[in-house]
Amino acid sequence: MTTATVSPADASRSLKSRILGAPSAGPLLVLIGFCLIFALSNPRFLATHNLSIILQQTVVIGVLAIGQTLVILTAGIDLAVGAICVLGTIVAGKLVNLGYDPVLSMGFAILLCTAAGLAAGGLVSGLRLPPFIVTLGILGILTAALRLISAGGAFPVRDPFLAWTGNTMKLGGFVLTYGVLIMFALYAVVWYLLNQTKWGRHVYAIGNNTEAARLVGIPVRRHLLSVYLLAGLIYGIAAWLALGRIPNADPNAMQSANLDSITAVVIGGTSLFGGRGGLIGTLIGALIVGVLRNGLTLAGIDPLWQDLVTGILVIIAVALDQMSRRKN
Amino acid sequence: MSAETTPHIVLEARNVVKTYGHVTALDGVDFELRAGEILAVVGDNGAGKSTLIKALTGALHPTSGEILLDGVPIHFKGPLDARHAGIETVYQDLAVAPALDIASNLFLGRELRAPGLLGSLFRRLDKKKMREEARRAMNELKFRLPAIDNPVESLSGGQRQGVAVARAALFARKLVIMDEPTAALGVRETGQVLELIRSIRDRGLAVVLISHNMPNVFDIADRIHIMRLGRRAAVVSPKTHTMNDVVAIMTGAATA
Amino acid sequence: MSLHRIRTSVRSTAFGALGLALGVTFFAGSASAEEVIVGLVTKTEVNPFFVKMRQAADARAKEKGVKLIARAGKFDGDNEGQVAAIEDLISAGAKGILVTPNNSSGMLDVIKKAREAGVLVIALDTATDPADAVDATFATDNFEAGVQQGTYARKALGDKTAVVAMLDGTPGGTVDTFRHDGYLKGFGIAEGDPSIAGAAITNGAQDKGQVGMENLLSKNGDINAVYTINEPAAAGAYAALKSFGKEGEVMLTSIDGGCAGVRDVKDGKIAATVMQFPYKMAAMGVDAVVEYAATGKKPSGFVNTGSFLITDKPVEGLESKDTAWGLENCWGD
Repeated sequence: MTTATVSPADASRSLKSRILGAPSAGPLLVLIGFCLIFALSNPRFLATHNLSIILQQTVVIGVLAIGQTLVILTAGIDLAVGAICVLGTIVAGKLVNLGYDPVLSMGFAILLCTAAGLAAGGLVSGLRLPPFIVTLGILGILTAALRLISAGGAFPVRDPFLAWTGNTMKLGGFVLTYGVLIMFALYAVVWYLLNQTKWGRHVYAIGNNTEAARLVGIPVRRHLLSVYLLAGLIYGIAAWLALGRIPNADPNAMQSANLDSITAVVIGGTSLFGGRGGLIGTLIGALIVGVLRNGLTLAGIDPLWQDLVTGILVIIAVALDQMSRRKN
Repeated sequence: MSAETTPHIVLEARNVVKTYGHVTALDGVDFELRAGEILAVVGDNGAGKSTLIKALTGALHPTSGEILLDGVPIHFKGPLDARHAGIETVYQDLAVAPALDIASNLFLGRELRAPGLLGSLFRRLDKKKMREEARRAMNELKFRLPAIDNPVESLSGGQRQGVAVARAALFARKLVIMDEPTAALGVRETGQVLELIRSIRDRGLAVVLISHNMPNVFDIADRIHIMRLGRRAAVVSPKTHTMNDVVAIMTGAATA
Repeated sequence: MSLHRIRTSVRSTAFGALGLALGVTFFAGSASAEEVIVGLVTKTEVNPFFVKMRQAADARAKEKGVKLIARAGKFDGDNEGQVAAIEDLISAGAKGILVTPNNSSGMLDVIKKAREAGVLVIALDTATDPADAVDATFATDNFEAGVQQGTYARKALGDKTAVVAMLDGTPGGTVDTFRHDGYLKGFGIAEGDPSIAGAAITNGAQDKGQVGMENLLSKNGDINAVYTINEPAAAGAYAALKSFGKEGEVMLTSIDGGCAGVRDVKDGKIAATVMQFPYKMAAMGVDAVVEYAATGKKPSGFVNTGSFLITDKPVEGLESKDTAWGLENCWGD
């Protein structure tokens, strides 16, 4: 243990130790490693068109994983991410197909998703029910309700505004969809909230030691409520992005979104026990999953390997987290 | 009880009673904390120490009696009110967030915002200022710690408790209440924390120390408030009384 | 540098090194860029129908000296997974993509993108909506297959007054709708006919087929004809019928032609099933891509890969094959 008196010198830690010490350094190395291997195995991997495709494929899970990260940072878990997002696509699609204004329809759908998040937060913070059970319940309720209102079937959503996030634009030879830009913007905003504001500090504190957070006067319940509310809002925006990607509202879609988003969060180095990790890791985690799937296809390898490798990465990430927690 | 005129009484309780149904936890207890002193509160299990402290910090409402801060009667609705009034509490179980760094823990719940629009509109934290203040506070308390942006979990138990104590010292305007701050610590670490408590006193704050550890109490306290059966049995000075005297009063084997 | 920091950096490096090691394993099996690549995107990896399709495509691709890259959705309804698979295959430089769309309208955009990039797209098993979104469709005519099932059931019932139970798959699914409607047409009744005692959702799974059948039998004990979306649902229905002691009295029919289903027909559990031919779809699909790569010629329109009624109790005026033939031509073993 170094016990030098606190000195200004510690502020100027070397760049190297800062980079290596960042929690997202490990996932970043994995991402770079996979990119290198796939680029070597098939030069098409690095084609700007292909890289753009990977980003577009990451949009929906990437954005859902933002909300998932927030919830997991409070030591919770959200199994209803996909269901809430599908709620958004179905409601927006139904309303537009009934002839309502697309902007209002999407706005209402996002509001409804936010309300679903609020409901989850209310049950978790108000009744102190475990988030696993609450969101499992909401998942079941929404899945059934959505199949009922859509009569079980998927339907096309052909509205330019709802599909707008799938439109492309050129950014210096790189083709991006507006959805990709919205994803990065959301990451930036929520990163700021988590890292530069009191609100974010308190999210970490609650996930880290709820009792301590309460003792120092943080209104824990209200704060939890705000976390789930924001997560619901983000799932609603993800619904808009999903419609831009596939202009189709399908009650059977996104059944694995909960596990996929948890995978991105965990591979990104955020602890399932709460209070540790961050959003940059999650973005990298989501990209790792996307790069794996795309790269394996380009290399002509059975995509079942993707599930296998992802599984291994998840176990390693959780094991490393456990080890570092135990040591401390 | 000493009859001499006291310098200035920071916190005072008069004839405080707390009953839970038929159980009487506090039976008309008096309490008196003077400016710039370390007052130890000792007593056997069930003597009413914790209840007294909870009453003083607003964690519970007395059935009857009066509590005065700087001579003014107060009615705390909760611990937050006590904090706003300038009373800080350090708890036995470490109230720190282990994954957050030292500076963040010091300012937890009382983060500083950046000046100007950045802070007011964008709610941006002033991390630099918090780090500097944290460093200054730690240096002032002469508490030796590794880099201020290390997570608290990388510290030893004593250092962690040091962070909790330093947080109280940083924000207390009137007094600091410490509930068994060294209960979970080893000998050397206990020494560090006691040293810290002395520096707090030396900065002019009054300190209430609840402890089971007689040698610690005799090492550090200016006066000792002895609880027995929900009342104040005596207030003695470690200079005039021995540990055996105090234990005797605690157990009812003697009176002051 | 404190201990903590050293620890995190060790941890980062270990994580990274492991990633690299895993990656190198894959590098060994990479594809050469010059081959003709045929992409196959099925609904899921678990359904034996698609497993058969994949095996047949693999075999035919080896025969023809082309490379098959097979991908699948994670679950029924995984549109995003299928869309991503097609995008990846376009990036991989596939010459043609064979797809069994989960949802007929869900992937129109990405199919359009593929065709614009010069990729031949053929729908297998399930048509897209509109059907001309793809170059061609190689599939069972599911409506016709439903008609075969319904016609058989009606004829085999003879003079009895029908009380029908419908064990549907996933409501709204394209194939489900075709089979369901075809059955009613073949049976000679319309949707909402009073002879329909009720319907249950089975998702094409045996356990849900059983529960659905049990509930319908509780509702109406006079049921004497049962439509099933596929053979697993029929197997579930049979278990329910048996527990109600009605297994001999009810005209239980199905569609698919899986070997387990044909054996159930042979054993008399299912009266008749309509066989479809996934391996034909896959092999024809691979052939079409190979042809397209060589000559630039594209197939078009709907190509019916055929369906045969399999039963050991034929009825007059309806062509059928027996189970011996069925077992030779079934899939899923």
